[in-house]
Amino acid sequence: MSTDNARIRELSSQAYKYGFVSDLESDAAPRGLNEDVIRLISAKKNEPQWLLDWRLKAFRHWLTMREPSWQNVHYEPIDYQDIIYYSAPKPKTPGPKSLDEVDPQLREMFGKLGISLAEQERLTGVAVDAVVDSVSVATTFKHKLAEVGVIFCSFSEAVQNHPELVRKYLGSVVPYSDNFFATLNSAVFSDGSFCYVPKGVRCPMELSTYFRINAADTGQFERTLIVAEEGAYVSYLEGCTAPMRDNNQLHAAVVELVALDNAQIKYATVQNWYPGDAQGRGGIFNFVTKRGKCAGAHSKISWTQVETGSAITWKYPGVILQGDYSVGEFYSVALTANYQQADTGTKMIHIGRHTRSTILSKGISAGHGQNTYRGLVKIQKGATGARNHTQCDSLLLGSQCGAHTFPYVEVKNPSAQVEHEASTSKISDEQLFYCRQRGIREEDAVPMIVNGFCREVLKELPMEFAVEAQKLLGVSLEGCVG
Amino acid sequence: MTAFLAGLEPRIDARHPAWLQALRHAALQWVAEHGFPTARDEAWKYTRVAPILEIPFQLAEPGPRWSAAQVEALVGDYGGPCLVFFNGYFDAGLSELDGLPPGIEVSHLAPQLLADSGALEGLFGHAFQTRPQAFTALNTALAEEGALVRIPAGTTVETPIHLVFLAAAGVAPQVMHTRVLVQMGAGSRATLVESHAGIEGEVYFSNAVSEVVLEADAALEHYKVQNESRAAFHVALLSVRQAEGSAFTGHSWALGAALARQEVRVVLEGPGAQVALNGLYLPRGVQHLDNQTTIEHLAPRCTSRELYKGVVDDRGHGVFDGRIIVRPGAMKTDASQTIKTLLLSATAQANTQPRLEILADDVKCAHGAAVGQLDEQAVFYLRSRGLPEAQARSLLTFAFVSELLERIGPAPLRAHVEQLVTAQLRGLEVAA
Repeated sequence: MSTDNARIRELSSQAYKYGFVSDLESDAAPRGLNEDVIRLISAKKNEPQWLLDWRLKAFRHWLTMREPSWQNVHYEPIDYQDIIYYSAPKPKTPGPKSLDEVDPQLREMFGKLGISLAEQERLTGVAVDAVVDSVSVATTFKHKLAEVGVIFCSFSEAVQNHPELVRKYLGSVVPYSDNFFATLNSAVFSDGSFCYVPKGVRCPMELSTYFRINAADTGQFERTLIVAEEGAYVSYLEGCTAPMRDNNQLHAAVVELVALDNAQIKYATVQNWYPGDAQGRGGIFNFVTKRGKCAGAHSKISWTQVETGSAITWKYPGVILQGDYSVGEFYSVALTANYQQADTGTKMIHIGRHTRSTILSKGISAGHGQNTYRGLVKIQKGATGARNHTQCDSLLLGSQCGAHTFPYVEVKNPSAQVEHEASTSKISDEQLFYCRQRGIREEDAVPMIVNGFCREVLKELPMEFAVEAQKLLGVSLEGCVG
Repeated sequence: MTAFLAGLEPRIDARHPAWLQALRHAALQWVAEHGFPTARDEAWKYTRVAPILEIPFQLAEPGPRWSAAQVEALVGDYGGPCLVFFNGYFDAGLSELDGLPPGIEVSHLAPQLLADSGALEGLFGHAFQTRPQAFTALNTALAEEGALVRIPAGTTVETPIHLVFLAAAGVAPQVMHTRVLVQMGAGSRATLVESHAGIEGEVYFSNAVSEVVLEADAALEHYKVQNESRAAFHVALLSVRQAEGSAFTGHSWALGAALARQEVRVVLEGPGAQVALNGLYLPRGVQHLDNQTTIEHLAPRCTSRELYKGVVDDRGHGVFDGRIIVRPGAMKTDASQTIKTLLLSATAQANTQPRLEILADDVKCAHGAAVGQLDEQAVFYLRSRGLPEAQARSLLTFAFVSELLERIGPAPLRAHVEQLVTAQLRGLEVAA
């Protein structure tokens, strides 16, 4: 770190050259991180001064922080000065206004992933805000949403068009100083999604964003902010894929959700970043901070995640249950195969009275995969009558993998009831025998049993995602069975 | 820190065998390099050692003698062999070693350490060498006295062996580092009771390490009754190694001390070994009682069972951290862990962490944890039968802990512990 600091000092002592990179052929920031890079990102995006100040504050704080080491994952140290913090795909036609104007190459890429925008639009009525390498290139259904007053746009657009909302809620759930990766994100975040559902509005369709890491060696630093005002409802889907790359790529996203009185937010993720090859080379490092705040009474936030990708997953979607009678939910399926490592779980912070939370986590380990559930249930002093139920089950496939459970329970109110249950087992010979006896091959029986194991979580997903998630589980388990 | 350690260096006795001197220097060196745990250490997240380090503890001096009646009132008498230590010094007068079956060795450690030609090295050094930690290291560097129990193969000791560690008043706050070494020969059976107690209100620091080795098919029932002064500090490690087919049952009663941290570490090294850990902690007032257990399954077909219960009252703080590790190759492991905590007051605090780390696939592991209060329906039921509310609550609280009391084998010990537990829970009627 000291050499980094020396280098940072050296770079920052240079005269500030505004926009010095805009001459470059590719529309990317130079490798490495310093205040100039942050100023460049901010300038590229034409951001107001307060946002630049916020980024710089985060960056200065980040310099004082140490990378966390408590998680149960192992990886080569990340050189934060060897990352390109900003890259934008060069638009052939500037500012596409409809799907037809989107670069056909990009559309082809989405087509390969089976998530063609056109199809999504036609078949499912899902509005997709596609994010490719940090810049939102296409947004659909925006106008339809605008009719009911829902704002759904890229984060950069929100900064331009609705700065008062962004300023009010940015960092209100995940402050810039929250943790090493969130702070890094706060300093360098490039783009993401913004969603605002005004008072009493039920968002008429499922919102969706696809993230995809495209160029090599570019860290992806997304920032998503969803605000549901009093009595509003929104359901948001996020799907992630990344093409094959040899080098490990860093992904450090931040998602903030705010639910006011009687509001409800459902947030679902299907994460399928490149997990590395069978020898454990390459793959995405996924260090994500996701947190929701039930700020109002009777509000509800629900996280559903299917994590099948990434070489390393470090992710704890949490809910701050501040409003009285608010509800937090967490449903998770995490699968690690080959040399994947996942350290994931949730945090439920009960502050308000009669707050309730449910945690249901299913971990599947295969090959050399290491799967860790790490959860915190915290009942603060004022959380009278708080309830929590946690269940985490692990399934082990193969003798080289590992399943770990680290639940933390902190209770400071005697009227709270907190329950935790966990089990770990392998697929029993009886189950396999039963399937084979009925003519189902072992290769088919195992994914079938795994799907059954995950059913309670998958049923929380919207139907088309549940089907995709089931397929993903099957694909990820290929070659791990037998 | 350096000055503190430099002051301890000359305490290493040159008359000790070379291996012990080398080990002690290494242990002090370790503390000098690594220091004491801080809040940054995940394992010490909920327990601060600062209150211990703030007090300038002096190594204990022998205290005034007590009468046998005083000792019995404090720790009970179970009719078997008994070793009594005052401030960490052996008291031959109060100890009772008559009537031991032949071949069984129950003795105090100091002379054995002086005369040792290396036989004790593996036992004494194991805890520090395998998983060093500041307090274990200090004990390794400074423990001169304690108990040595060796049961030869095939022998059964019927009556409980009682080890009593007492803290008498000192001029300045004192620290005592005591050590218990237990070697159970193949097929042997015994019951061991460790009592830790002191004069109420005295400030002292008891840093105890017990090392237990069970050879094939040996069985040991181990009881630990921690009833230190409510102003004292107690840090303890119980390290157990089990060979094929052996069975270890541990019972821990954490009642006393302002701050206590009791760690139990069991390694199942041989196939088919069994372990059961039971524990109860009852923090009240401003007591902070921390329990750490680790059960490591190294060999196939081992079974582990764990039941810990906590009742937290007043401004008490109860911590439980239980780890079950299943290493690759430990197939057919059957492990289960249950932790239940009862919170009785608005200012009570409980932290519970049941952890599973599983690296083998053919296993059956489960854990359950619950934190809550008394069942209001049960309270209502008792009240509808005419019991006053306070009495109903105290009855239900006692029922909650009695599951553990019932697991105590020797009747006099059960009666003694029950008396201590009742005393600790007394006043509930007022609090409720």
